[in-house]
Amino acid sequence: MSATAVPAARRPAIVRLALTELRLFARERARFVARLGLPIVLLVIFGSIPFYTQARRSLHGHSLFQAYVPILIAYSLAIISLTALPMVLADYRDKGVLRRLQTTPAGASRVIGAQLLAYLAVVAVTVVLILAVARIGYGMFLPRQVAGFIVAALLAAGALICVGLLIAAVSPTAQAAQAIGTVLFFPLMFFAGLFFPIPVMPSFLRHLSHATPLGAAVQALQDAWLGHWPHPLQLLTLAAYLVACGLAAARLFRWK
Amino acid sequence: MTAVIDVQHLHKAYKDTVAVDDISFSVAAGEIFGILGPNGAGKTTTVECIEGLRAPDRGTITVLGLDPWRERAELTQRLGAQLQDSRLPDRLRVGEALELYSSFYRTPADWRELMELLGLADKQRTMFGQLSGGQQQRLSIALALVGSPRVAVLDELTTGLDPQARRDTWELIEGVRARGVTIVLVTHFMEEAERLCDRVALIDAGRVVAVDTPAGLAEGLQAGQRIQFRTSVPLDDALLTSLPEVTSVIHRGDVVVVTGNDNALNAVTSALARNQIVARQLRVEQASLEDAFVALTGRHHDNDDRS
Repeated sequence: MSATAVPAARRPAIVRLALTELRLFARERARFVARLGLPIVLLVIFGSIPFYTQARRSLHGHSLFQAYVPILIAYSLAIISLTALPMVLADYRDKGVLRRLQTTPAGASRVIGAQLLAYLAVVAVTVVLILAVARIGYGMFLPRQVAGFIVAALLAAGALICVGLLIAAVSPTAQAAQAIGTVLFFPLMFFAGLFFPIPVMPSFLRHLSHATPLGAAVQALQDAWLGHWPHPLQLLTLAAYLVACGLAAARLFRWK
Repeated sequence: MTAVIDVQHLHKAYKDTVAVDDISFSVAAGEIFGILGPNGAGKTTTVECIEGLRAPDRGTITVLGLDPWRERAELTQRLGAQLQDSRLPDRLRVGEALELYSSFYRTPADWRELMELLGLADKQRTMFGQLSGGQQQRLSIALALVGSPRVAVLDELTTGLDPQARRDTWELIEGVRARGVTIVLVTHFMEEAERLCDRVALIDAGRVVAVDTPAGLAEGLQAGQRIQFRTSVPLDDALLTSLPEVTSVIHRGDVVVVTGNDNALNAVTSALARNQIVARQLRVEQASLEDAFVALTGRHHDNDDRS
């Protein structure tokens, strides 16, 4: 045996749980492609229509396409955290997968933590994919405030995943989890500016939007993209969602 | 010998139904201890309290010197549990599940060896959803043993298995016990309890009705023997009911069924011989655990239900 690498058996249980989750996620091929592929398809469509790619004075000289990239990032965040995660976790509960884990030393915090890690990894891959397609395919510049962008993206992903974990915790069944996730998805995406960008919203909606996790996420990502450090209020909003939903999810978590 | 599991006056109610009223028993090291009872008797609730999955309302439980509810984290290292209706993700492979679960424990068993032992070696790359019911059940047992526990609690071990798979599983459990693991077996199969268990606790309506060896439970019954035969000529019941050894005589078609104490056979055959009656197709049955079950719980047992 080689003494160089850490033996696989020594990997902490939380990492193994997270890797197993990722493996299972990738094995659901149809869903996998839909979840990761749809934002990319939308990106390609937007990028191919001149209406979206021309610079606009109303957007400070940027194109709609540029405005939409952070929104598409938010979109993938929402799809993964609000529909995929709660359904999978609630399904585990329905099938007694969690109950079985409860009889082992794995523990609730590790099981939940592993979900968080696994879905953070999925989100990271999606964001990198979106950035790569936007940059290589359509020559869009990369985020200029890199550190700010990474902080914003991590907080946004953490917040959304914790909302998803909370949905999983309160849903009695997998179907209920899916229903709640879907019902939440559209209003949250509305406030993220999917239908019309936040800057052109009436001020009352704009304020409301900044208080929602995806609205705050899109604003923070956009700021970082254009070279500014994201507004602390938006980062705080995201952190508040992360902590509040995370704690509530851990507290309300049920094995059965 | 010190008790590995000690349950004293366990009581547990859900809202307004009392699942477990007052249950006490203890399990010695290396024993296969059966918990037997009709549906809704409180078997599963009892073992869930032992596993630390539920907090008792009253009473005390000690498992390997630990309080299962308060010291659950430590207990899970030493107690393996196989639950009813507990699946795995459909796309998780057998080998992956075993490797993952073994990583949770301080001193795991060799999961490859376990996979071999349970006859799953050729299924290592098969996904859970594609396994047969019996294979899923065997994987479930393997996962209960992967932490090399000192105690294994197996709930409805062989429900849903075909007779051959059931017998294979029994052999396996005997093998596990031979390695020094104490086993608690919740079952509703009399045959399973008779074959495997050193002692059985018979539970009914949340209480322990009797604790004994399966043979001891059967012997404790009034009706020690049941004798069946056909006769060449019609039989006058009085001939047999007058015998002190006989407790009852009934007719099932042309079959005569006589129950009585352990000396009944001798008395009945002598009486028949004295009267020149030939008994054909004579069969003698000792009272079984099933008879004890019916006698003690006053219920007929339904083999197809689960509790």
